[in-house]
Formats: sequence, structure tokens, C-alpha cells
Amino acid sequence: MSPFADVPLWVAVPVAALVLLGAALVLTGALGLLRFGTFYQRAHAPTLGTTFGMASILLASMLLFTALQSRLVLHEILIGVFVTLTTPVTLMLLVQAASWRDRSEAETAQRRNKKAADA
Amino acid sequence: MSGMLLHGSLIAAQVMLALAMACAAWRMLVGPRAQDRVLATDALYVDAMLLMLTFGMRTGSTLYFEAAMVIALVGFVSTVALAKFLMRGEVIE
Repeated sequence: MSPFADVPLWVAVPVAALVLLGAALVLTGALGLLRFGTFYQRAHAPTLGTTFGMASILLASMLLFTALQSRLVLHEILIGVFVTLTTPVTLMLLVQAASWRDRSEAETAQRRNKKAADA
Repeated sequence: MSGMLLHGSLIAAQVMLALAMACAAWRMLVGPRAQDRVLATDALYVDAMLLMLTFGMRTGSTLYFEAAMVIALVGFVSTVALAKFLMRGEVIE
């Protein structure tokens, strides 16, 4: 625990709280990913971790490094902006692909049933 | 005092993030369909990135920040490529 020896307590308490909050939110999202029933429900769960969980861990990191290096450290914002911009894009592409697959499979099954009924 | 507090909370956060990664890995292995696996891979990437950040905070070095940045970039590209593959059957048209 040598790197944290000269971190004041009023920085350490919010950093610890934010890190624990973020990790708990990520774990909740992962449990949702494990427990929900359908794909479209499961697509919602991990976003809890990628928005609020990520933001609170990044905020804790900024606070801690600002205190450790005694200057303003803000480069974690880069990751925050990037993940906030890309998560909706990936999820929209993925859900679009999933719904397209579901629709084409339903059409195939319908055609097969019709052929069986005709024969 | 503050060192002990930070150390304990960072280790607890790392354990929670590792459990989240285990959940995502289980979903990735079990499926049941390809889109579930891709979604779980994306969640796994984000969890790994956050774990990297907490590693960096624990060691007090900013080197791990670059690793987290690279993981975020590569994870985005791979998920988009896999989603395109699920949609069209090929990545580059």
C-alpha cells in the first residue's frame, strides 16, 4: 500500500465509494446478462455497466491520480467519451442483425410449413 | 488509514469485476445463439477494460490507462465486425 501513503482521507473515501459503486453496477449488469430470458432483454443488462459503472470508475480514477500526482489528471475522459459514443452504435448494429436473423428464420419456417401443407 | 481503505476497496472492486467477467464468459460459452455470444463478448471487453483501470489505480501508475484505451478500441471494432458478419455473412462487402 505504498503508493497511497500520502493520499488524504477526504480523497480516499469518495474514491473508494465510487470504485465500489461502479464495480457493483457492472456486476449487476453481468448478472442480468446471465439471468434474463430472451436476447432482447439481455441486450439491456450490460449497458448498466457501460454507462454508469464505467463513469463512476473513471471518475474515481481521475480523482485518485489527481491526488497522487498533485496536478489535474483528466485523460480518463477519453475512454469515457469513446465508450459512450460506441456502445449505442454496437448495440444498435447487433440488435438489428438479431432481428433480421429472427425474421428470416420465421419466413423460412413459414415457407416450409406451407410446402408441407400443400404436399 | 486511507491507504488501507483504498487498498481494500480496490481489491473488492476487482473481485466484483472478475465475477462480472465470469458471468459474461459463461454467457459467451453457453449461447444459446450467435448474437448472445457476441453481446457477451462485448460485455467481457468492457469489464476487462474496467479491470485494467482498477489495476492501474492499485499500482498507482498511469501505464494501465493505455492498455484500457486499446482494449476499448479493439472491443468496439470486433463487436461491429461480428455484428456485420451476423447480418450479411461477410465482414467487408
